[in-house]
Amino acid sequence: MANKLSIGRLLVYAALALVALYYLLPLYVMLTTSFKTLDDIRQGNLLSLPHAWDGGAWAKAWASACTGIECGGMKGFFWNSVKMTVPAVLISTMIGAVNGYVVSMWRFKGSDALFTLLLVGCFIPFQVVLLPMAQLLGWLGLANTTAGLVLVHVIYGTAFTTLFFRNFYVTVPDELVKAGRIDGAGFWTIFFRILLPVSGPIFVVCVIWQFTQIWNDFLFGVVFAAGEAQPITVALNNLVNTSTGVKEYNVDMASAIIAALPTLFVYMVAGRYFVRGLTAGAVKG
Amino acid sequence: MSHSSSPAGVRALADAAPAAASRQRLADRWLPRLVLSPTIIMSLVFVYGFIAWTAWLSFTESRLLPRYDWAGLTQYLALFDNERWWTAVANLGVFGGLFILCTLVVGLLLAVLLDQKIRAEGALRAIYLYPMALSFIVTGTAWKWMLNPDMGLQKVLNDWGFANFTFDWLVDPDRAIYTVVIAGVWQSSGFVMALFLAGLRGVDDSIIKAAQVDGASLPTIYRRIVIPSLRPVFFSVLLILSHIAIKSFDLVMALTGGGPGTSSDVPAIFMYQFAFTRGQLGLGAASAMMMLMTIVAVLVPLMYLETRSAKRG
Repeated sequence: MANKLSIGRLLVYAALALVALYYLLPLYVMLTTSFKTLDDIRQGNLLSLPHAWDGGAWAKAWASACTGIECGGMKGFFWNSVKMTVPAVLISTMIGAVNGYVVSMWRFKGSDALFTLLLVGCFIPFQVVLLPMAQLLGWLGLANTTAGLVLVHVIYGTAFTTLFFRNFYVTVPDELVKAGRIDGAGFWTIFFRILLPVSGPIFVVCVIWQFTQIWNDFLFGVVFAAGEAQPITVALNNLVNTSTGVKEYNVDMASAIIAALPTLFVYMVAGRYFVRGLTAGAVKG
Repeated sequence: MSHSSSPAGVRALADAAPAAASRQRLADRWLPRLVLSPTIIMSLVFVYGFIAWTAWLSFTESRLLPRYDWAGLTQYLALFDNERWWTAVANLGVFGGLFILCTLVVGLLLAVLLDQKIRAEGALRAIYLYPMALSFIVTGTAWKWMLNPDMGLQKVLNDWGFANFTFDWLVDPDRAIYTVVIAGVWQSSGFVMALFLAGLRGVDDSIIKAAQVDGASLPTIYRRIVIPSLRPVFFSVLLILSHIAIKSFDLVMALTGGGPGTSSDVPAIFMYQFAFTRGQLGLGAASAMMMLMTIVAVLVPLMYLETRSAKRG
């Protein structure tokens, strides 16, 4: 019996390890390819290690690779993404915190209905708002600008952030707020003095979720900011699908890793919160 | 938490400083509405208003520029007459079906295996989940390289002695859509694993122990007791995966670009190209409305079933 059990466990471990290899394979291939020279790529195969680790592809990817007509590498687009993501994440998170506070702690007649109305924004396919939004950004003079992208991400991110904070604040005991009221604290005092100090974890979850979503977004980027202001995901896609000249797979892979680094870094340092954000987001679908 | 039932303490305080307290009570009554209203207005305009706007566009002759003269169902008829649209719909069916099924099976299997009190569970979980942190564009780029028919996995197997092994789905019009399934499952199954694992951890251990005492084998316990109790998780997962599938755009753009030709087109790419690169606003709007209706048609019954099963406990 014990013997049989251990064979079973061995199989479980083997299966898990095999799947882990499958998951790591693309990362391994990306990394090794990015450190190969083009000759090295042609001589070896996908799984072979670089003959000599060469950083040339990385330098080119960062500073001089061609994405369409421009040849300035990923550098500029990386900063575009930073300039878009940071304000969009901060603004949408702060709005979400206050909204979540209202719909959980200050329910009024019709507030539940308004919350439901808001939630619909989480479910729509964004294709259905692209055309009017493009028109509006054009009227506002924000087409093809980072500011325009920030606006779009704040508008369509707020439904999610509100949901995050609402789901967190409904778990905070009512007594905290009631005690505050008895002491004569008003709406803002209760928020800043009582709730914000206990909101640390949900802020982390929300910021990570929004950061990942906005940094990785492609649809809004490609539609609303195709030119100089394009975020890194759009630039990466242009680089990979540029068909002129020799295909430099090592530069493609280095660029892909550059585009993935910020979210991967966040995942590695705060993976615990990342998972919590995913499962919290799952409640809404 | 309503204002009429203000506790005695507040009343005492109000007596002490009646003016300030009543001002605050008034503020507390209106501030929440005031604070929430910008978001509500934003949602009414940018979600509901824009959907109405798109719907309107879909009933006009708009081509390169929006026009607002009523043209009835012209665009929808043109859409249903468009062979490329039906390719996109068929691809969505193939991709959506396989993607949801495979991701669900792989995710559930991984969760069950990980639930066997595994050593190094944390590390394994981290490995399965990291693709979720990546952009679909990065995933597409990586898999496009691995599935490259000349220099990718095919060459690895050829080098290993399988000289006749060919794997050129990426450039095969009949197979390209399956490469999207491969990359999509790789990206999303870890996430589904995390959801199922959270559900499994919520299952009462004593039920399993009792069944074991009764002589039930572990697979039977999972099949008959544990997995059926995960019903609500199944609904969430189905909801999320079908949502991802219908909206899928980035991954296809990065991996196949809808090609070869238009063979791996999906509705989201169809919409993007007709609305933004081919100057066919009306047709693009009509395809967007069809996507919205598909989501509603899939999500509403699922959500209905979910709330019903939740009520039953």
